[in-house]
Amino acid sequence: MAERPELSMDEYRRRSRRSFLTGGAALAAGFAGWRGVQRSAADRRIPGILRDVHGVNESIWSSLFREDHLAKEFAYEDASILQVNGVIGIRDEIDVDEWRVVVMGPDREIWGFHDLADIQALPRHEMTIEHKCIEGWAQVTNWGGARFSDFLELYADRLTDDISDVYLETPDRDYFVTMDMATMRHPQTLLAYDMLGEPLDNDHGAPLRLATPLKYGIKQIKRIGLIQFNTDKARDYWGDRGYDDYVGL
Amino acid sequence: MTAILEPDEATPAPPPAKRRAVLKHRRGSRWMHWINFPLLTIMIWSGLRIYWAEDIYAFGILDWEWFKFFPEWFYETLGLNRKLARGLAFHFSFAWLFAINGIAFAIYTLVTGEWRELVPDRRALKDSVAVVLHDLHLRKEAPSQEGRYNAVQRMTYSLIILLGGVALLTGFAIFKPTQLSFLTTMFGGYTMARRIHFAVTIIFMLFFVVHILQVARAGWRNFASMLTGYEVVDAEVATDQEEVDHG
Repeated sequence: MAERPELSMDEYRRRSRRSFLTGGAALAAGFAGWRGVQRSAADRRIPGILRDVHGVNESIWSSLFREDHLAKEFAYEDASILQVNGVIGIRDEIDVDEWRVVVMGPDREIWGFHDLADIQALPRHEMTIEHKCIEGWAQVTNWGGARFSDFLELYADRLTDDISDVYLETPDRDYFVTMDMATMRHPQTLLAYDMLGEPLDNDHGAPLRLATPLKYGIKQIKRIGLIQFNTDKARDYWGDRGYDDYVGL
Repeated sequence: MTAILEPDEATPAPPPAKRRAVLKHRRGSRWMHWINFPLLTIMIWSGLRIYWAEDIYAFGILDWEWFKFFPEWFYETLGLNRKLARGLAFHFSFAWLFAINGIAFAIYTLVTGEWRELVPDRRALKDSVAVVLHDLHLRKEAPSQEGRYNAVQRMTYSLIILLGGVALLTGFAIFKPTQLSFLTTMFGGYTMARRIHFAVTIIFMLFFVVHILQVARAGWRNFASMLTGYEVVDAEVATDQEEVDHG
């Protein structure tokens, strides 16, 4: 310890007093900062400043997003029927034969209707991926369906560069999500109509749902009734209930 | 965790005039230590709100569950239940501050050379046994040491700092398992990364308990040095220490 600076006890007492005052001030500042966070005006059920940080995180990770970077795929043998976590938006009975999905532009102008045969006419793709729930569990499952990017080709002449988001909702309008266009163009974002080679059952979103390993399950809406192309973010079921809007993986 | 400059218990209290204050913790270490304390607390608190939503980790063999983490009253008492969205919001915000402070500390420790007093030296493993025996009053003398920390402190603090890095990296592996798939793969996949992240949290909590107990045991002078930087030492003991350091 010989090389360490030393203080006489008089110097030490002065220094000690200063340190304790600084420490007290830092403690007060830290506490005030914490209260400031807690009390910042709520933005859709969380403190506004935390919502802002979600926005910062989104801008960081969406700028790093690459459409050619694929999520890991797993062996088909590892896939199993997905645990059912949510039934909001799919509670009532549905006649799959009567089902249609509506496609709209930003001003709610109707661009088209599709039945399941239209979607199944697009090239079928399959993926065995790890589905992740925002609650914490993960499960390997297998989806079959059309790439959303192929579906976009049907509307290529109407999709202008200012289309930034896609809004999807269930036919009863109880469940709805807003998805960023980059994720929707990704080759692993599917309009899925089967799981493990079998047509979707009602609890898994029959007849058509969104499936992508790039977002948590809360974004992978079941029983799609509306696809609307937007120039701004629209509402989002869980985003409006305090969750991050982006939840990219 | 023991105060290394504490006088031996058998030494009679020397007259006040012979005391002096010796630098123990530099300003940077002190600030970053104290900034880390609330940040890590917020990370664990918000992390438990996230864990609540899927609290599956337990020890056991096959169907036999020996120990499951956290009973329901634990969540309820601490307000951790049904707060997943808020937990995520706090966790993903304060993680940046935790990361910045931790990385700053790592750089600071390297640049100032303080790492030499922190990483275990060659004798650490052998000495640590003696330190533990001494702490348990089973051995009379503490082994000699170089620098601020004894062998057990060196190993524990180094491990905790290393685990801070593991917490950060597994955190990112869970946060962006596709965009940062190399990290997720490095930790053995998403589920394993979550397990490691949780295990590290438990180690932090256990460390906290032991750390507090040891600081309380080491006494006021040791604690005050973490605030003032200087530790009051009794002159004779300090002289012994000098010989030890250069011996």
